[in-house]
Amino acid sequence: MALFRERCAQYVAIAVLFTATSVFAADTPNTLLPTINITQGEKCVEPTDVIRKEHKYFLLHQRDSTLREGVRSKKHSLKNCVNCHADPKTDSVIGEEGFCSSCHSYAAVTIDCFSCHTDKRESNAASLK
Amino acid sequence: MSLNRREFLGIGAAVTAGAAIAPGIRLIELVQARSLEEAASAQQRWGLLIDTNKCTRNCTACVDACFVENGIGNKGRPATDPQWIRKIETKDPSTGYTHSLPVLCQHCDYPPCVDVCPTGASMKRADGIVLVDKHICIGCRFCMMACPYKARSFVHEVITDQKAYAPRGKGTVESCTLCVHKIDRGDGTTACTEACNKGGHQAIIFGDLKDPNSEISKSLREKGGRQIRADLKLNTGIRYQGL
Repeated sequence: MALFRERCAQYVAIAVLFTATSVFAADTPNTLLPTINITQGEKCVEPTDVIRKEHKYFLLHQRDSTLREGVRSKKHSLKNCVNCHADPKTDSVIGEEGFCSSCHSYAAVTIDCFSCHTDKRESNAASLK
Repeated sequence: MSLNRREFLGIGAAVTAGAAIAPGIRLIELVQARSLEEAASAQQRWGLLIDTNKCTRNCTACVDACFVENGIGNKGRPATDPQWIRKIETKDPSTGYTHSLPVLCQHCDYPPCVDVCPTGASMKRADGIVLVDKHICIGCRFCMMACPYKARSFVHEVITDQKAYAPRGKGTVESCTLCVHKIDRGDGTTACTEACNKGGHQAIIFGDLKDPNSEISKSLREKGGRQIRADLKLNTGIRYQGL
């Protein structure tokens, strides 16, 4: 009987250990997924699923119309993205937890934008909001 | 929410257009206030008129202002540092008379840099501003060789902390943009013009060469103006008086 009790206690201990491990795993962030910190702006200029998939095309179209034709609409401008999504601590969209770079490093896609464009929010961007 | 100058002008123009046009208000002024969504138009051609008689020998106000406005950090390496505008001294050997004048991209009507560009990066906007599309510039520097004014620079070093309105990067060619961001914003001036006026020299006039009533057109009509290397027939947007 004593042996049975001991066995039972062992099973219970193992069960408790498994439950604790699974709870702990659920609380720990999955390091494989990108960190997306959105701190500013109530709503994106496009629905989330659209902007996630199409942002490169919006930016490509905007860059040509802005540079070549002088159209300076704000909706799909890179400046507008950066002003909203720059990290409040670093004022930047790149870096370890930067809005752009966290997803791009996850997807292993190099961003060329910030070799010429500034990755920093404009100093007066907050007042423009 | 605050409005910038261009948005304000756009709204002002719309309001004025909606109201009855009073005597003294010319339609041409309404056309000039371009909205943010509107493309640059061939109805304008932006240019500068530089009076070399008013340009002081050791003054570099225009050069300094350009560098600050466009975030051009000088690294102290003259052979490779980008230079969008520079002051040159000329001397007539027969009389000894010296001139001091700024030289920058001349925003040619027939730009040789655009002719030679293999990718189409060198381009002229509808309103006459010659620009480099750095998105497709491969840094071959053909345009630098083709330019008779040595107006273009190659970016040799990595650049950080650019101005949001003036993207610049290593491996591309760049030159004076005629402060295109200020023009599109509706400022109606350039950084060099502002600095020259602020310094009390009034040697640079910015304006629309196609508008007969603009200050630049009036001055050119009354006092004349020359192009550097006019023999090349490039029809430059930058004109000089006193040369």
